[in-house]
This record gives sequence, C-alpha cells and structure tokens, in this order.
Amino acid sequence: MKGPIYIMWLRQVKKYWRSKPRMIGALGQPLLFLLAFGFGFGPIFQKAGGGNYIEFLAPGIIAMSILFTAMFTGIEVIWDRRFGFLKETLVAPVSRTQIMIGRTLGGATVSFLQGIVVILMSLLIGFSITHWALLPGAILFMFLIAMLFTAFGTAIASRLDDMQAFPLIMNFLIMPIFFLSGALFPLEGLPKGLELVIKLNPLSYGVDGLRGTLTGAFHFSLMLDLAVMLGVTLAIGIIGTWLFSKIEV
Amino acid sequence: MEELAIVAKDLVKNFNGFTAVDHVSFTVKQGEMFAFLGPNGAGKTTTIKMLTTLLQPTAGTILINGNDPVKQQDLVRKSFGIVFQDPSLDDDLTAYENMEFHAAFYHVPDNQREERIRVLLNFVELWERKDNMVKTFSGGMKRRLEIARGLIHHPKILFLDEPTIGLDPQTRNHMWEYIKDLNKKEKMTVFFTTHYMEEAEKASDKIAIIDKGKIISQGTAAGIKKSTKKSSLEDAFLELTGRKIRDEDASATDRMRTHRKAWGR
Ligand SMILES: Nc1ncnc2c1ncn2[C@@H]1O[C@H](COP(=O)(O)OP(=O)(O)OP(=O)(O)O)[C@@H](O)[C@H]1O
Ligand SMILES: [Mg+2]
Repeated sequence: MKGPIYIMWLRQVKKYWRSKPRMIGALGQPLLFLLAFGFGFGPIFQKAGGGNYIEFLAPGIIAMSILFTAMFTGIEVIWDRRFGFLKETLVAPVSRTQIMIGRTLGGATVSFLQGIVVILMSLLIGFSITHWALLPGAILFMFLIAMLFTAFGTAIASRLDDMQAFPLIMNFLIMPIFFLSGALFPLEGLPKGLELVIKLNPLSYGVDGLRGTLTGAFHFSLMLDLAVMLGVTLAIGIIGTWLFSKIEV
Repeated sequence: MEELAIVAKDLVKNFNGFTAVDHVSFTVKQGEMFAFLGPNGAGKTTTIKMLTTLLQPTAGTILINGNDPVKQQDLVRKSFGIVFQDPSLDDDLTAYENMEFHAAFYHVPDNQREERIRVLLNFVELWERKDNMVKTFSGGMKRRLEIARGLIHHPKILFLDEPTIGLDPQTRNHMWEYIKDLNKKEKMTVFFTTHYMEEAEKASDKIAIIDKGKIISQGTAAGIKKSTKKSSLEDAFLELTGRKIRDEDASATDRMRTHRKAWGR
C-alpha cells in the first residue's frame, strides 16, 4: 500500500534526484573544504602533533554536508507554503505527524545519500576508514544527523512564511552549528567558553560519533554520542511535529 | 429527515483587527449544490478556509458532516475534498505524480488509483501530457489538473473555490456537467464560489451572497431575483452589492499574487 508517509518520502527523493545542479552544487562545497583545509592546514596540524589532518577533517566535512542538505530540505516547507502545495497536504485526511514523518524521512534520506557521496569523495582524496567493523555505527550517526537537522529545518520553517529570513538562518544558525562543532579542529585544550558552546551543540556529538566510528578516535564516548544524538533527534522531532501541526495557511 | 452537510453559525474571522468574516450563518443540506457569491474580498475564501480546517475561526461554530473543524480536524478532513482558488500543485512533479500523491493522501485503494487517474486525466484532456512537469503547463492546464485531482476521491462534501477561473467556456461547461453528475449519482454536496452569475444560477440549488464579510441575501436564484425585482441574477447581484469596484481589496490581493509570482524559483 502506497501510503501517505511513503508518497511524501518519494516526493522529496524524486525532487532532489531531479535537481542535478543542486546535487552537484552541494558537492562542490565539501570538496573545496576538503582540499583547501585538508591540504592547507595539513602540514601545520601534523607539526603540532595532530597526525593526519585529512583523517581528522573528513568526518567533519561529511557531517557538514549532511547538516547543510538536511537544513535546506527542512526549510523547503517555506517554498511549499509559498507555492501553495502545503495547503494540499494540510487539508488531507492525514495526520500532521505522518506528514512530518514522511517529510523528515525524505529529507534525511537525501542528506544521508549526500553524506555517502562525500565519504566516497574523501576516500579518493586520501581519507581511510580504519575501523571497518564500526561502519554500521557510522551509518547510524550519519542518519541521525540527517534526521535531526531535517526536523530542525522543518521546525524553523513552520514559523516563517518567507525566505527573507534565510540569510539569518544561514549565518546565525547553520554556520555556527557547523563551525562550533569540532568538525574542523580538535576539542582538546580549548578556552572554557568555546568548549561550553561546543558541548551544547548537538552536532558536536554527531561529528564525534562519526569520527570515532570511522577512525577510532572519540573525544566524548560512543555511548554519550549516541545517547545525545538519539535524545535530541527525538526531542526536535516532537517539537517540530508540534510546530508543524500549528501551521495555518 | 434531511441531514445537514454544513452548518455555520455566527462565524467571525478577524485579521489583526480587520473583520474579514462578520457573523456569517448558513446551512447546506446534504446533496445540495450551494453557491457562495460575493465581490472580491467579500470573505468567501476566508470562510472556506475556516470550514476546511485551514484557519481557526475567531468566533462562531461550524459543523461539517456533523463534526467540528476546530476540535475534530481529522474526522472533518475525512469528509471533504477541495479545489483551492490559489495554485496548489507541485510544479516540480509531473501531472501524473501530482495525481498519485493526492490518491495516496486520500487513501484511494491501490487497485483503483491507476484507473481513476487515467479516466480523470482523459476527462480534462491531459492524459497525453501526464509525464510532463507541471511547471511546463499553461494556466488553464494547471487549473484543469487541479480539478481532476480534486475529483480522484469522492468525498461527501466538495469545496470548489472559483474552480472555473481561467478556463475557456467549453471546459467550464464540461466540468459543471461532470460535477452535477457526481452530485446526482453520489449525493455529493457541493459548496462553490464563482464570479460567473450564469454558472451560479445554472449549477446551484441554493445561493448565499456575502459582501464585506456579511451575508446580505440567501435563497434560490429565483427567490433572489424576485426579492430584488431583477430579471437576471447578475442584475440582482449588482443591486445587492452595489456597482462600486472593490478595488482596494481586489488590488491588494492581486498585488500579493503578483508578488508571489515574482518570487518564482
Ligand atoms: N491572511 C490574511 N491576513 C490579512 N487579511 C486577509 C488574509 N486573508 C484574507 N484577508 C482579507 O480578508 C478579506 C477577505 O478575503 P477573501 O480572500 O476571503 O475574499 P474573497 O471573497 O475570497 O475574494 P475573491 O473573490 O477576490 O477571491 C480581504 O479583505 C482580504 O484582504
Ligand atoms: Mg477568494
């Protein structure tokens, strides 16, 4: 039975698959980061005793590409509202929870796939996976990051009705979430304030979990990373569903 | 005993101090074709949005098929279908995919989906274009697709907000025949708005005229003509609502629409 959740999921995936420029564009940024940061800071990182920087950086960039794609697909609710399609879904005899689940799964699938492509890309550049046995764990973290931030994007978009706020979201939410997550630099020996902010950022645990499962080096611990990611994803999912159910058009 | 499909009692909607719908009351019997007429900005769409759970009324009560759209949203949503006045298609999907999406959202049984979609797309003469993206369609084609989509499932109550906007006369007649037929065969209640008075007169069993948020006349087309001593519904309508163009309201809505278009991806 092709139910509402499935069809909502399918719609997200189809639309993404069809917008090739968007897919390619979304790969350009991680590639640039991997090349510029990876090779640019590599020597310093090595000299400072940090080891291979690509090895450290790649999981962060994979998380970044998932974060960006997930937030963008979540925020797409604003487009659906503006172009009227949202009304079509909101008057149907389908609970808003189901719509939210379908939409989040769709956005998460798309961002997850984007993350997979970035893994492959980093393998080409010189990244190597040291703990193959933990790969299922890495996949789980990727999917959790994808779910969390798709739901987060949807939640935000439920309260906005035009794209004017988009630069604000980009600069005051997405960018800080990325830069203050330990995606680019190690969390050892940071100033107290910065450390606190990073500890409050759920992506830090996602990045750490991903890095740990791919390369074996955890800063927190597998259990903590997993617990935080599961908890926050669930919480944001519930809040997002609630906000989404309050939309009027 | 006659059952009531729609009951609205003292319905009010305020938008930041502006009263768009002002103590509106009416009833629609099951199986009736009900025309809701009024000049631009009268409050027709706002009323429909409240009836269909899209907006919360500021005050007043509604029953749709016996259920309250504020408190029993899911039950209410199961009982109606709607064709919106404003665009509501996904431009980045094909015509067929838009139909499929709707069928899934309205729980049309799997084994009937293909058949119904084919029949309806043929009916609105879009079958040949079924695999084209909706963004490549003309305005009239999009409208036809929206109507076809609204008819995939057969709800107890069908809301049509200016369904024939932008359609040529051939398509308009064709469409009304189909809807009247559904109305007869399935006893489907139809609540519609239109600015074409002949259309309203021909299609409706009952009419309500709303102006500036208030209902100013209700009854059959014949009754309304009689009470205003006019020979056509159009004259009666003009007599009741005045000849002045509702430009502030109309142009504000139009401006909003153009603005929306300018936002195109
Ligand atoms: N979301 C909103 N916020 C503020 N005002 C609104 C909103 N929606 C509608 N209005 C106002 O409410 C009034 C009634 O609008 P409505 O869309 O119900 O008119 P209508 O009868 O459907 O007109 P038309 O024939 O042009 O479609 C208008 O003055 C409109 O500007
Ligand atoms: Mg209207």
